[in-house]
Amino acid sequence: MIVVNTETIPGYEIVEVKGLVQGNTIRAKHLGRDITASLKNLVGGELTQYTELLTESRRQAVERMIQQAQQLGADAVVNVRFTTSSIAAGAAELYAYGTAVNLVRVPSPGVAQAASAPAEPPRGAGGVASAPPPPPVVG
Amino acid sequence: MEIVLQLAVPLVVVVSLLLLGSTVGRSRERRHFAELDRREEANRGFVLTDLRTVPVGMAPGGAALVTGATVIAADYLKTFLSGFRMIFGGEMRSYTPMIERARREARLRMVEDARRMGALAVINVRFETSPIALNSGRNTAPMAEILCYGTALLPADR
Repeated sequence: MIVVNTETIPGYEIVEVKGLVQGNTIRAKHLGRDITASLKNLVGGELTQYTELLTESRRQAVERMIQQAQQLGADAVVNVRFTTSSIAAGAAELYAYGTAVNLVRVPSPGVAQAASAPAEPPRGAGGVASAPPPPPVVG
Repeated sequence: MEIVLQLAVPLVVVVSLLLLGSTVGRSRERRHFAELDRREEANRGFVLTDLRTVPVGMAPGGAALVTGATVIAADYLKTFLSGFRMIFGGEMRSYTPMIERARREARLRMVEDARRMGALAVINVRFETSPIALNSGRNTAPMAEILCYGTALLPADR
């Protein structure tokens, strides 16, 4: 499963839009972390445990989003966005959403960007360097 | 006399703890900035953009999502002093470097993640800052998570 936050995937062409997929998780930190964090507040700086907690939770949200995409039979999720919100004191929601799509591999990677716009006539394999990229196709 | 002593002892302890914490924090901040400079220098040539299109002349064969995150907190002394700043307004000079180093750290983590994958560049880079509530917020220093994410362009021969 390819996951990107751009509208197109270089080297591939989007052939079908499956729809919006999403994944979320709400995490509360436990007391032990809270105590070490308030001690850490004496010094300030990075709270490594929280960084790990949120990174781990975000991975879970992405995992759930990917599961949804797989259920739809999609190959990839494009235009992924993240949001983090404090839901309650000590709890945060991590939310990931994007568009599930089906892909086909574009034979020559040199024309990947041009090929993602269906209306665009095909270019020569070497002629991409000076050509301006076409407007992105919103899935 | 006894009452004065009873009040003074905990006050001295608290103030010296705050000062000690803040001093340690400041020296760690300086060290972190030096480390950031060094790591940014090591990644200087790497293309990073918030444009959504593939840079001209690059022919990637695939793409992947890369992220970097940091949770940063102010210390109690900073929080206390910033209370005065709130009265007059203006730039909160104690918070600016705090957020700056968290953002640079998050960005570097993303770049290092991308380079581990052998990426050519990272496009469509986005930053997100979210305040995080610890407890009901009365006696804790402000905390924020900085997230940096983007699409890593992978070489064609993969």
